[in-house]
Amino acid sequence: MSNDSTKKTLLVALVVCFVASILVSTAAVELKPVQTLNKELDLKKNILSAGDLYHEGIDINSVFKEKLKAQIIDLETGEVIPESKYDDVLNIEKFNVETIASSPKWGKSIPASNDIAGIKRMPKAMAIYTVIGDSDKVDKYIFPIYGKGLWSTLYGFIAVDKDLKTVKGFTFYQHGETPGLGGEVDNPKWKSSWIGKQLFDQNGELKIEVIKGKSDRNSDNAKYQIDGLSGATLTTRGVNNLVRFWLDKNGYGPFLNKLKGKNNG
Amino acid sequence: MANKYKEILIDPILKNNPITLQVLGICSALAVTTKMETAVVMALSVTLVTAFSSYFVSLIRNHIPSSVRILVEMTIIASLVIIADQLIKAYAYNISKQLSVYVGLIITNCIVMGRTEGYALKNPPVESFLDGIGNGMGYAVILLTVGFLRELLGAGKFFGITILPLTTDGGWYQANGLMLLAPSAFFLIAMFIWVLRTFYPEQVEEE
Repeated sequence: MSNDSTKKTLLVALVVCFVASILVSTAAVELKPVQTLNKELDLKKNILSAGDLYHEGIDINSVFKEKLKAQIIDLETGEVIPESKYDDVLNIEKFNVETIASSPKWGKSIPASNDIAGIKRMPKAMAIYTVIGDSDKVDKYIFPIYGKGLWSTLYGFIAVDKDLKTVKGFTFYQHGETPGLGGEVDNPKWKSSWIGKQLFDQNGELKIEVIKGKSDRNSDNAKYQIDGLSGATLTTRGVNNLVRFWLDKNGYGPFLNKLKGKNNG
Repeated sequence: MANKYKEILIDPILKNNPITLQVLGICSALAVTTKMETAVVMALSVTLVTAFSSYFVSLIRNHIPSSVRILVEMTIIASLVIIADQLIKAYAYNISKQLSVYVGLIITNCIVMGRTEGYALKNPPVESFLDGIGNGMGYAVILLTVGFLRELLGAGKFFGITILPLTTDGGWYQANGLMLLAPSAFFLIAMFIWVLRTFYPEQVEEE
């Protein structure tokens, strides 16, 4: 049979595709569990490091279970959603903001005028992680946050002290900003510059902001301001917007207010 | 015989380097060389993908109808790239996050296609395999050199370990931001070509 006959051409194409598809699907199926595990572990690691609980060599899963309480809250009311209401999409075990935001039941679109984080759709409910300190008291809260930077959507966590005002930790676990410029959001030094900053002023107004350049250390506002990253104005602006979006009334505001009410009463 | 194999393997590293002489695979050389770590993983993946796709194409070279040969080559390359991507995701998750789409883009790396089309179709499997390894190493040499310089000058680091303490961290070295942007790889590769052609004047194109 000549190599260029139609029959042979079809035969070779079919055989090659068949073998290739078997190889690819075997690899994909066989490696799937390891990959999912990696992803979950990486997420947990990032939650822990936002809460300052991560050190090299710890058993991520057991520390996560021991120190953190994961819950889902209704953003609008600030109420905890009981486990009985969980379904395939909304489940703390496999909480994924993307799937939840795009689901008709648990997601909603954001009016353009409010959408400073540039995410178009958001979940109606979000997972929050409460860090339990000594003697079973709440030590801090860890909130997932995300929004558009320059090139990509940044996904991260912000940890807030039990006083509900002070930032305790800040980290992004996924983004595609330029390495060395916007990618410096991963710089441990910059991340630690968030710690101790105040989210709200005396009147409960959201004051925290990431500014361009360096903040004036002596000014009264310094405790609300984080220095922007040099050479990354747009990423910095994105981070500023997404933090302000999520901590305001469209994000965790109702939940925080509820807690504040409880603390005062 | 042994000499011939050696030649196939060693030649593409400097004398017939796929990037500097054949100017293939430039795109990914710009993208993944901001850090040594990513450069190493990328170089390794490209080397293995080139070697194995050359090997498989060469195995069936006498049965490939010329009308669909490019498609057959692409199918084999794409499958191997997907497998490599899956493996990296499973066993080097952090690095896969940094490499993001570029592993998938090995498919479009001209070196892989160029070697299967230009060499493996006409040569026996073992030679083709070695040719793939050799060309992959040629690619690796450039990637690692460029990655080394970019990470060192751009971030003051080597494999993530600080070598030159940066002014932003209280050290003395003022990082060169240009090194972290893609154009710097053009300058570095151009300089590499210059140096190489000083030593191998026969690589200089005639005017």
